[in-house]
Amino acid sequence: MHAFSYHKPSTLGDALSLVAKQSEGKILAGGQSLVQAMKLRLASPTDLIDLSGIKDLAGIKVEGSSVTIGAMTRHADVENNADVKKMIPALARLAGGIGDRQVRHMGTIGGSVANSDPAACYPAAVLGLGATIVTNKRKIAADDFFKGLFETALETGELITAVTFPTVKRAGYIKFKNPASRFALVGVFVAETSGGVRVAVTGAASCVFRATAIEKALTAKFDPDAVPADTIKADTLNADLHGSAEYRAHLITVMAKRAVTQAVGK
Amino acid sequence: MSIKVSMTVNGKPVSAQVEERTLLVTLIREELRLTGTHVGCDTAQCGACTVHMNGKAVKSCSMVAMQAEGANIVTIEGIAAADGTLHPMQAAFKENHGLQCGFCTPGMVMNAIDLAKGNPNLTETEIREGLEGNLCRCTGYHNIVKSIAAGAKAMAK
Repeated sequence: MHAFSYHKPSTLGDALSLVAKQSEGKILAGGQSLVQAMKLRLASPTDLIDLSGIKDLAGIKVEGSSVTIGAMTRHADVENNADVKKMIPALARLAGGIGDRQVRHMGTIGGSVANSDPAACYPAAVLGLGATIVTNKRKIAADDFFKGLFETALETGELITAVTFPTVKRAGYIKFKNPASRFALVGVFVAETSGGVRVAVTGAASCVFRATAIEKALTAKFDPDAVPADTIKADTLNADLHGSAEYRAHLITVMAKRAVTQAVGK
Repeated sequence: MSIKVSMTVNGKPVSAQVEERTLLVTLIREELRLTGTHVGCDTAQCGACTVHMNGKAVKSCSMVAMQAEGANIVTIEGIAAADGTLHPMQAAFKENHGLQCGFCTPGMVMNAIDLAKGNPNLTETEIREGLEGNLCRCTGYHNIVKSIAAGAKAMAK
């Protein structure tokens, strides 16, 4: 790992002024992706700005029918939170399936969403549930947030402070794990909302995306058998030694069916 | 560049002057000379470096030491009683032959203790899922699972 300077601000204001000063610096949330990337020299920031000293950034709040999760809330705390389990059980289950126990004790929702790893689980929930990403500057709809491979709508000097999830009628998430890394080779999040069905796919392309053809079919009938076969085109999907694009396209329909099955509780 | 880091390790306050990029596992092994915590894969897959931070199992190769500033850290050296009596989970690994070469064992035991806290009746599925972040290349996990089930029961006594 290359050398860097370490900062631990105790307020959001201090963090933002550090971010403004250190153009080659990086925000450190839980560090479960960033520290390993730095060890591999895939990232070599001049400065690390550790957000763990900012108390307001962690915690889960219920407001009416929505749940707001602070950016520094650890995966294990979402997995085990009574309100999340009751109001959006699919989200609690998804959080409980990220990485492994040790990773879930450190990794944060803000870090995962800001990183936009193509195989991460949280982006599927954020897009599938139609969540809102709250930053120090604005509120960003999930549909406008994920832009590409490790790329989001976040601007320089913009920091995620929380993610707000609406409750939905029913939701489910199933991932097909890469047998070695346990990351999602393909993961599909389905949600039946008051405004129709949303289907978000992770692991299959450069970043999470919505499968609109499946959404349309499931809006007509929310049933596993309603998921149409072969509607996903392979030409924009990832292909690597773990699976061809055609294999991933097929997996999307299979995972979508299983996610609906989970959502309807069959 | 260096920075002062302070924390509690196995009940004792420690501090050291380290480079900012020092990993927690490097501090534990090379500064504190507690070499029971192992570095296996060094890429967050194998869990041999698992320690407790404020009571929760974490991978000490996946964090810089400064992330543990002010924290309460417990390593494999810190779980047996002062008179040398093994922790019930360690004893269960011994009784059930839950290791062969032993390299992964410190991480297995530390994760198992955290997993078993408040869960004396862990099912085989819960144990196997709980071990997602720990790799063993000798035993095929069977006796490790047996050890953790027995250790969880013993911890509740």
